[in-house]
Amino acid sequence: MTEYRMDEAHAGLALDRGVQGILGRPLDRIDGPAKVTGAARYALEHRLEHLVWGVAITAPVGKGRVVAFDTANAEAMPGVLAIYAGDEALPRQTPVFGQDRVQPYDGTIDSWGEIVGVAIAESFEAARAAARAVIVTCTTEDGVFATRDGEGDAFGPPEGALLPNIVKGDLDRAMAEAAVALDVDYSTPRQVHAAMEPHGTIAEWHGDKLTLRCSMQIFRQARPVLANSLGIAPEDIRLISPFIGGGFGGKNVSADALLAAVAAKRLGRPVKVALARAQIFHACYGRSDTYQRIRLAADAQGRLIGYGQDSLVSQKVGANSFEPVPLGAIALYRGEHRSFTTRVAPVNLVAHGPVRAPGEAVGMIALECAMDELARELGLDPIELRRRNEPERDPTTGRPFSSRRLIECFDEGARRFGWDRRERRREGEWLVGHGVATAARVNFLADSSARVTLTGEGRAIVESDMTDLGTGTYTILAQVAGEALGLPVESVDVRLGDSDFPTGAGSGGSFGAASSASSVALACDDIVRSLAAAMGATPEEMTLKDGHVIAGNRRVPLGDLVGDTPIVAIGTIHPGANNRRFSQAAHGAQFCEAWVNAVTGEVRVKRMLGVFDCGRILNHKTARSQAIGGMIWGLGYALHEELHIDPRTGAIANRDFGEYHIPTNADVPQIEAWFVEEVDRHANPVGAKGIGELGISGAGAAVANAVFDACGVRVRDMPITPDKLLKGLPPI
Amino acid sequence: MRAFDFTRADSPQAAVAAGGRFIAGGTNLIDLMRLEVETPERLIDISRLDLARIEDRADGGLTIGALVPNSDLAADRRVIERYEVLSRALLAGASGQLRNKATTGGNLLQRTRCYYFYDTAACCNKRSPGAGCDARGGFNRIHAVLGTSDDCIATHPGDMPVAMQALNAVIVTLMPGGVCRRLPIADFYRLPGSTPQIETVLEPGELITHVELPPPVAGARHLYRKVRDRASYAFALVSLAALVKVTDGRIAHAALAFGGLAPRPWRDPAVEAALIGREPSVEVFAAAADILLGEARGSGHNDFKMPLARRLLIAALRDLTQ
Repeated sequence: MTEYRMDEAHAGLALDRGVQGILGRPLDRIDGPAKVTGAARYALEHRLEHLVWGVAITAPVGKGRVVAFDTANAEAMPGVLAIYAGDEALPRQTPVFGQDRVQPYDGTIDSWGEIVGVAIAESFEAARAAARAVIVTCTTEDGVFATRDGEGDAFGPPEGALLPNIVKGDLDRAMAEAAVALDVDYSTPRQVHAAMEPHGTIAEWHGDKLTLRCSMQIFRQARPVLANSLGIAPEDIRLISPFIGGGFGGKNVSADALLAAVAAKRLGRPVKVALARAQIFHACYGRSDTYQRIRLAADAQGRLIGYGQDSLVSQKVGANSFEPVPLGAIALYRGEHRSFTTRVAPVNLVAHGPVRAPGEAVGMIALECAMDELARELGLDPIELRRRNEPERDPTTGRPFSSRRLIECFDEGARRFGWDRRERRREGEWLVGHGVATAARVNFLADSSARVTLTGEGRAIVESDMTDLGTGTYTILAQVAGEALGLPVESVDVRLGDSDFPTGAGSGGSFGAASSASSVALACDDIVRSLAAAMGATPEEMTLKDGHVIAGNRRVPLGDLVGDTPIVAIGTIHPGANNRRFSQAAHGAQFCEAWVNAVTGEVRVKRMLGVFDCGRILNHKTARSQAIGGMIWGLGYALHEELHIDPRTGAIANRDFGEYHIPTNADVPQIEAWFVEEVDRHANPVGAKGIGELGISGAGAAVANAVFDACGVRVRDMPITPDKLLKGLPPI
Repeated sequence: MRAFDFTRADSPQAAVAAGGRFIAGGTNLIDLMRLEVETPERLIDISRLDLARIEDRADGGLTIGALVPNSDLAADRRVIERYEVLSRALLAGASGQLRNKATTGGNLLQRTRCYYFYDTAACCNKRSPGAGCDARGGFNRIHAVLGTSDDCIATHPGDMPVAMQALNAVIVTLMPGGVCRRLPIADFYRLPGSTPQIETVLEPGELITHVELPPPVAGARHLYRKVRDRASYAFALVSLAALVKVTDGRIAHAALAFGGLAPRPWRDPAVEAALIGREPSVEVFAAAADILLGEARGSGHNDFKMPLARRLLIAALRDLTQ
């Protein structure tokens, strides 16, 4: 049992002395074959005896009250077992960040498509037909169906918010005194996670014990929420979620889990509930639209004397968490006058919750487009502008950076991209331009435990309720354990996504890899100490490689040192004082070449390149995939993604993947991700930082800046669709 | 999805005699049935009928069976050589998987993607005659600017039918009584008027069996240009199928059909008349665009389609006449 609190840099792990040579290597995912052959079972793919299906019933009003359910037709349909509707045991909506339980049904409807019941049947088709056949009669009231309409009632960050408002100095005065001042408004639309796998759960009771085969990212958060909502003890709930088909912040406790659990209890049979895509869009949560005022006050040399990012966002009535728009801006550039404030408008729209890179994903589009505007006003190269504004310490808190290699990222990226050789030009109908932007994402560490067992056969077993969203967690944990214990990855079994295992970090906020890897590395340290005792040596005197321990002139198989009783160790990492002592973030530089059609305003991105500083890289292949995935999100945020809300009802018009556009393969260009590697000892014991969310940050801005460079039209309302460019294009 | 009867027809005659909705690839109908936008009581599976061949006609044209998949039609050597615009239009539509399933006949009857048509909680005269139209006053960026009515502003979403409109295709059908009809595509689609639920001149139970393409216009240059929000798998904001031939410095032939602008593939003889016989110039093209858009009316979010169509038309004509 090894616990470590991150109050100071770790003195050194067995991992750091490892000579197996697998940490960081671009290994294929060890779970890859199971996924491509279908052997990996996702939540909804389990076939249980006596399993029945449930489909959610929703209320088709944006604000009002349910006054009646007519279930007669539905109940009479063949195969229908039960209609549960208008019932306080049922969930009404998915809890959002900071809410400790699912809000129960009470007849109130606060946004379009809230869940008011579930139809249970012997087949999926029968359940779906029955759910639609239930007639839900509602009163309708005037609602607030647009963020701007709720502005009058907007509130600031509540007590204890992740991000309080920050105001330093006097930005108004700085703007008045600046040699160059830029004051511009940007906006980003509502967005959804769009995970490929829908939200779904199979619930099964054994007496008072509940098992949920689910798709949930963070068990340590989900179990208490489920327990509070169902009125049972957390220990009586087992969550099983070994494979997740994308989460992006959206896969936590949602209505499907509660509906399945309640129905399974009542019927005495296992129940499967999956939400349809339109239900996920309406009844889970997404990202608020944002209205951002960016102010940049610079001296004649382009040094910022102050800047601000002040925003309006919205949240569904009754909740107060919000999109932390300026998160990436706070520690980014120099300048003593600073304003980072957010107002939250209460609205009758689908709730706001965490979506990949909360804050930076949308905040950095606006800030980094504005920086591009400033560079043009100053006549400065945009990279030079960033160079002149690189701070030595976090300008907001005065704390040192745990690590920061932003300028190196720009230099390396400029070299690889050919920034200095870029040429604005026309190719037939196409206008070609280039853009650049900063990427930044705050770095988190989460509590995490993992158990490592070394067996007499010389195999290591890693167990944690950590999840793998498809990012490569299985593989990196095998690499960490293998490197620390001197084992090839084939000799490491990684078991994740079962709440019977020690409580891991879960996946979210880009803290998963560093936190879970640190707990595995700490457990391995414990095992190495046991091996050292058996070997009669100190850990430092030993070399572990290829399943053997070498000390002095002895080379002993690991299994021989283990003997009949496996060595079991639990490693636990806790966040500590380093969170306050250091300003922690991952950084990067994003480059883009975009082609804009001079006739139609269509944008086709031709090249993207990112160079990232995100600490130690545990696997160069999965890290690169993470970064590229994020960059593609950035591309989508710049050009495609937007939920369209009908202003009369609050309903989402484009509620499927046909009309909610995310980039297709044909939209994704040549794309490169590179790393400037540095072990960040102050961040966590393994020295890794988050990657997945960093890739999004600034990527959309690089695209938007390239579009401007190409055609001279600055669109400040994302996404940049052809209709918005059309007005500024050259005459035909 | 409501429960329905399902029977498989073994001949076109049996299919039309069976009295029900036809299903072939099902790429559109099944989606709509899942959402209960369509609730047919009886489906007649025509997918096994012998209507999946492409045959040469004596006059140099082609006869395309109604069950020829979009993928096969797009890849047919004769289509690529003689009717390039059709192959390009097909490949601009949907995805590879959908094109493998979607059929020629079914694709002619693809229904609109209007959000409010899909949302059974919304008012839609096309789905539920007399209910009203929520697209007006709603979110209407993808909606029509030509040929609309007070009752409906939905667009026809297809690509293939736009090319067929420019090619003067003839749609061959079998009536329930056994009579065959040959319907020029110009007469096939109806504008919404006060009955937007009726989209074509097909009688109930009438089956599309073939599409005939007249002989190709010798020397005409082909173009299919689809403007969309992303590079693939998106419906047209505006699309244009164009065949233009220049002889002795003057436009000798012009066939221009638009997608994304109207409730049907849109072809305006006056636009072509303004081009034929003229020397190509931007002024001539602009005059044609003025005629095309003379009656156009936006609903707010889709107002951009007018300047977009204008620019597209002028640029396409410039390319084709150079």
